[in-house]
Amino acid sequence: MLVGGLARLGLRAGPSPRDVPQNGATPPAAVPKGVDMPITINGQAVPIPVDVRTSLLDLLREQLHLSGTKKGCNQGACGACTVLVDGERILSCLALAAQYEGRSVVSIEGLTPDGELHPLQRAFINHDGYQCGYCTPGQICSAIGMADELRRGVPSAVTADLAATTMALTGDELRERMSGNLCRCGAHNGIVAAIAETFARTPAMAEAAE
Amino acid sequence: MSILDTIQQTAAGVVAKLRPDAPPDRLIGRKHGSIGTSLPRIDGPRKVRGEARFAAEVPAAGLTYAALLHSTIARGRIATLDTAAAAQAPGVVLIMTHENAPRLKPPAAFMSDPRAAGASDLPVMQDATIHWNGEPVAVVLAETQEQADHAKSLIVATYEAEPARLSFAQAATRSRQPESVLGEPAIIRIGDAEAALAGAAFQVDLTFHTPRHSHAAIEPHAATVWWEGDRLVIHDATQMLHQTRWTLAGIFGITEEKIRIHSPFVGGGFGGKGLWSHQILAIAASKLAGRPVRMALSREGVFRVAGGRTTTTQRVALGANADGTLAALIHTGTVAMTTHNNCPEQFTFPARHLYAAGSFLLEQRVADMDMLANTFMRAPGESIGTFALETALDELAEAMRLDPIELRRRLEPEQDPTSGHAFSSRHMLAAFEAGAERFGWSQRNPVPRGRREGEWLIGMGVAAATYPYYRMLGGAARVTITRDGYARVATAGHEMGMGTATVQAQAGADRLGLPVEHVTFEYGDTALPAGTVAGGSSQTVSIAAAVAAASAKLIAELLTLAGNDSPLAGLSAGEVEARDGGLGHPEQADRFESYVSILTRAGREEVSAEADAPQPVETQRYSMHSYGAQFCEVRVSAVTGEVRVSRFLGSFDTGRILNPRMAASQFRGGIIMGLGLALMEETEFDERSGRIMNPSLAEYHVPVHLDVPDIEVIWTDIADPHAPLGAHGIGEIGITGVGAAVANAIHNATGRRVRDLPITLDKLL
Ligand code: FES
Ligand code: FES
Repeated sequence: MLVGGLARLGLRAGPSPRDVPQNGATPPAAVPKGVDMPITINGQAVPIPVDVRTSLLDLLREQLHLSGTKKGCNQGACGACTVLVDGERILSCLALAAQYEGRSVVSIEGLTPDGELHPLQRAFINHDGYQCGYCTPGQICSAIGMADELRRGVPSAVTADLAATTMALTGDELRERMSGNLCRCGAHNGIVAAIAETFARTPAMAEAAE
Repeated sequence: MSILDTIQQTAAGVVAKLRPDAPPDRLIGRKHGSIGTSLPRIDGPRKVRGEARFAAEVPAAGLTYAALLHSTIARGRIATLDTAAAAQAPGVVLIMTHENAPRLKPPAAFMSDPRAAGASDLPVMQDATIHWNGEPVAVVLAETQEQADHAKSLIVATYEAEPARLSFAQAATRSRQPESVLGEPAIIRIGDAEAALAGAAFQVDLTFHTPRHSHAAIEPHAATVWWEGDRLVIHDATQMLHQTRWTLAGIFGITEEKIRIHSPFVGGGFGGKGLWSHQILAIAASKLAGRPVRMALSREGVFRVAGGRTTTTQRVALGANADGTLAALIHTGTVAMTTHNNCPEQFTFPARHLYAAGSFLLEQRVADMDMLANTFMRAPGESIGTFALETALDELAEAMRLDPIELRRRLEPEQDPTSGHAFSSRHMLAAFEAGAERFGWSQRNPVPRGRREGEWLIGMGVAAATYPYYRMLGGAARVTITRDGYARVATAGHEMGMGTATVQAQAGADRLGLPVEHVTFEYGDTALPAGTVAGGSSQTVSIAAAVAAASAKLIAELLTLAGNDSPLAGLSAGEVEARDGGLGHPEQADRFESYVSILTRAGREEVSAEADAPQPVETQRYSMHSYGAQFCEVRVSAVTGEVRVSRFLGSFDTGRILNPRMAASQFRGGIIMGLGLALMEETEFDERSGRIMNPSLAEYHVPVHLDVPDIEVIWTDIADPHAPLGAHGIGEIGITGVGAAVANAIHNATGRRVRDLPITLDKLL
């Protein structure tokens, strides 16, 4: 039966939450105590968390207060947690932070070094590629990783010529490759338009964006 | 996005005609303002940078993390609950069960009082009774989420199960008639519809089934809460701020003034972000532990704790005369509900207003089940009601060898067919015609299975969209002008992605005659004047009405301040208009004074006025609805039964469009959720155990990028002269009619009628 519940009441009263910055303010990064081999996150070395169960997503959100990376499912089904690791997109909810020692992670907060908007971020605004904005950081990071996959000639399920060294950013390639990023608000058309416009303009990139 | 000039001229005529009755909002005719422009979202830069902070992201010192243990039976009692191992687990701060939870009053259920927000009136963790499979039986608080989740896994619960009502079919045999359906009668009988049906020249009599749906907002429900002495601070993801506050005050026995709820960003709501048990448990646990609590539901937790759209079985029977008019319109059916909530999924509402008929029988019944309370989800009732009604209409048109759009022309009513009220603004046929032309409806082969390209069968379908106009009671707003000529408009409104923050800044700018850059819209905080729920597609006009009232009061105060030395001297509030950064006579250019001048002369830093919105009398006098026509082209594989939506167009008649860029997104968002409803969405309920079997985004399927074609949306843009800003809400109409448009297109492609959602490929083989 119930053991220990009542006994523990009030045992660990913390400091008043009034002392910490609230909504809208960026809190100081509470860097966790950890072992020596760091992960680089947005250019900064961060120790590996002590609790090896900590996902890269929870390291970002809960320990570093980089909450731009979103948690939509915590099980690899929605894409909201997408970040870039050495340029490749991964689902940070399925990644243990400890796996990424020595690697370089870029989250939405680190897309541009100077706080300027990335061209894709501007395109999202112009094409209204969001509504609630919750899937947005994941869509943006995923699209940047996807563009690089195209450049490297990584085929997708709809690629006709698997031997091709680069792929055109056709509408179906784009949609297929972005299908791991769910958007429940239904901003799909705006998201696709923003991505197509941004990466069609990159010369080394696609032949055409539809 | 075409705008139909001829229709606009008609609209001008309508406005003029109705003017003596109730003067239209003076902003309706105003040109050159911010309203009607495609201003990009004001919160856009924060959203694309990941700076918009959601409820689960608010930092707090000494924060604890919550995990919920869910019951595994649908009805009965907790027999044993062994928390010993969990209590010893690292990092555990508190384990709360019904044995140590604070004593709480049950929530006031939504609809039981205009201020109530409870999704159900079941007591929360107050005894050993279990009411649904998934009900929380224990809350673990720990220093980290990992520790809380692990400790939860160590709790051992056993149950004494009791017989539960888990079969919808069985429960439907004992269905009851609810007292009302959202304040309207549960049954409407005009003439003898069954007799008229039996005697009609053409008849269809069909049964439809629709499954449970989940809102599946990408942001899981979450709250970060703490107590500051006897004051309670909540960062919530909610679409009903003040209602949640009032309800929590009742549950915890404190005054509303002690509670402050913040909700500046909500990661999708669609009706689902109300007051469920998780916020109540978080607050109770925070009180016990004396520490802040972050209750971020897991995705499975969302399915177990926050309900969705309920399942229905519906009958639509249409009896038509030889001339294509309706002799009988019957729409009846039953929805699953609990005895602890009041959300009867108003699927008969479209049939009450859409078409003329000689007789009507519209009846809703409720089957009581032991399940998580269902709730409002995007166009509750209208979404699935139009699926049944508009599919039946298509079947009738086919039986009569009439084009479906021609059939609707013959059914167009002159006044509301069941209430008898005049329509405030109805241009449904114009929406059909504009859509048909743009979509190329004339290219449709009326013979099913008449068009094929290789393995792909191609078909087109159309259906009407409709959603009521609502304006909610109880909203207030405060408008403040500062000496530098800027303004703040404040109300506890909600921004879940609809564009509230942006469009209300636009409306405020036009209302006050200021450039939109000079207007700040404050929202998402119960410290502001009371907001209404963001539901029923009502928020835009509800806020606009309150802001109009506050602005009128403010203008009167400014005139007093301006005094006799002003060019405005002698003018009453009714004789001036807000323009060019000040107040002026509408025709006499020199009778003008800027806000800067008025406030500077008066030596005031700012002037503020607050007012309540007036009663929504317009909905008592008029039948007020939005309309639309949904056009769909599908390709169906003759080999696999796979359906691909290749083209889609929505043509809408929803009053004045306030921001075309964001309106297009709202319409498209509704349509895409409608594609999910049509083709893939189903919350699977195990009728043996009452357990939801697909509580994940991997198994609850929503449309992904590859499922979504380019969706074209167009609108009439005809202002409703009886609505603030001339506008109707547009958040929900987009989903209505989509199910039927897809089903009708599939029939046109394949010759198969599927009346059981979702239309998965197995049903087409
Ligand atoms: S949160 Fe990682 S995929 Fe959903
Ligand atoms: S913008 Fe809301 S989920 Fe994509």
